[in-house]
Amino acid sequence: MSKDKSVPAIRQLCVGMAVSIVIATGAVVSVQNAAAQNRLEEGREEFRQMATVLQHPRCMNCHVRADFPRQGDDRRRHSMNVTRGPADRGAPGLHCSTCHQSSNQAASGVPGAPDWHLAPLRMAWDGLSAGELCRALLDPARGGMKPNQFIPHFQTGLVRWAFSPGAGPHGEMRNAPAVPYERFMALTREWVERGAPCPDQ
Amino acid sequence: MIKLNVNGRAATVDADPDTPLLWVLREHLGLTGTKYGCGIAACGACTVHVDGGAVRSCSFPVGEAKDRKITTIEGLSHNRSHPVQKAWIAEQVPQCGYCQSGMIMAVAALLAEKPRPTDADIDAAITNICRCGTYQRIRKAIHVAAGFSQ
Ligand code: FES
Ligand code: FES
Repeated sequence: MSKDKSVPAIRQLCVGMAVSIVIATGAVVSVQNAAAQNRLEEGREEFRQMATVLQHPRCMNCHVRADFPRQGDDRRRHSMNVTRGPADRGAPGLHCSTCHQSSNQAASGVPGAPDWHLAPLRMAWDGLSAGELCRALLDPARGGMKPNQFIPHFQTGLVRWAFSPGAGPHGEMRNAPAVPYERFMALTREWVERGAPCPDQ
Repeated sequence: MIKLNVNGRAATVDADPDTPLLWVLREHLGLTGTKYGCGIAACGACTVHVDGGAVRSCSFPVGEAKDRKITTIEGLSHNRSHPVQKAWIAEQVPQCGYCQSGMIMAVAALLAEKPRPTDADIDAAITNICRCGTYQRIRKAIHVAAGFSQ
C-alpha cells in the first residue's frame, strides 16, 4: 500500500522538476537572446561611430561619386581640372602622383600618402546613410570586404593619412575626424567581433 | 648625402630629404631651366620627369628621388630634337617663356602616354598656367608635336 501511495508523489516531483527545467531553459534562452540582441545593438552603435570617420571629408573627397576628386571641408571640386582618369589615378599625363607624394609636403602644403588615388566609382559613398554605407562596405559588388579584411585595409598609409592630414599651403591645419585613429581601430575590431552588424538607417 | 640620377648623370647632393627637388635642381645642381612659379603645385612651371612621369618638383621631396631617373628641360634632348621642342619652335609658342620649360615637360609626359591626344586629353593633362596666355599656340603645338612623333 505504502509503495502504491508514493507513486503519485514521485510523479508530481518529476513533473515539477521538468517544469522547472523548461522554465529555467526558457529563461536561459531568453537571456541568451537578449545578450545577442545587445551585442548586435552595440555593434550597430560602434558602426555609427565608425561612420563619423568614413563620412568625414578627408575620406569622402576621394570616395566620390564623380569623375573628379573633391577637396577641402566644403568638398569643392579639386582645382586644376583634375580628373579621375581611367585607373582612378588621374588623367594620362597628369596623375595624382604629379603633385601628391608619399607624405604631406611641408614646403608646398600638398597632402600626400603612399599610393594616393581615388576610390573606384563602385566605392563611391556620396549620399549614403550610415546603414547604407555599412551594407555597401560588406557588399563585394560595391568593392566591399569580408569582415576580416577591414583591419588590414584601415592600416594602409592612405587610410591613416585621414587622421594626420597635415597643413595646407598657408599653414592652416586640415581637420581630421573627431574619432582618433586608435579609437577608430578599436571600434572596428569590436564591430567585426560582434559580426559586423549594420544600423537600419 | 643623397645620390641622384639627373639627365643621365649621377649626382650627390647634401640636402635634407624633405627639400623640394626644385630647390636641389636649381640651387645645388645649377639646372635653372626649371622655374619656380607658385611653390604649391598649382602652376606647373617646375614640372620635371621622374621615371618618365610629370612631377611638380616644388612639391616633390628630394628624398623620394633616390634611385629614380630625373629628367629636366636640360636633359629632354641634347640638341632640341625632341618632337615637343621642334613643335614649340615651329609654332613659336612662347611669349615671355617663363612657364614654357614646365609646359614642354608636361606635354612630353602626356605624349609619352597618349601619342595622339584629343583636345579633351589636353584639357585634362595640361593644367599648367601661362601668364602670357599662350594657350592657343600650346594646343596647336601639341597636335603638331603628336604629328612629329608618329
Ligand atoms: S612652382 Fe611648382 S607648380 Fe608652381
Ligand atoms: S609665356 Fe609667359 S608665362 Fe607663359
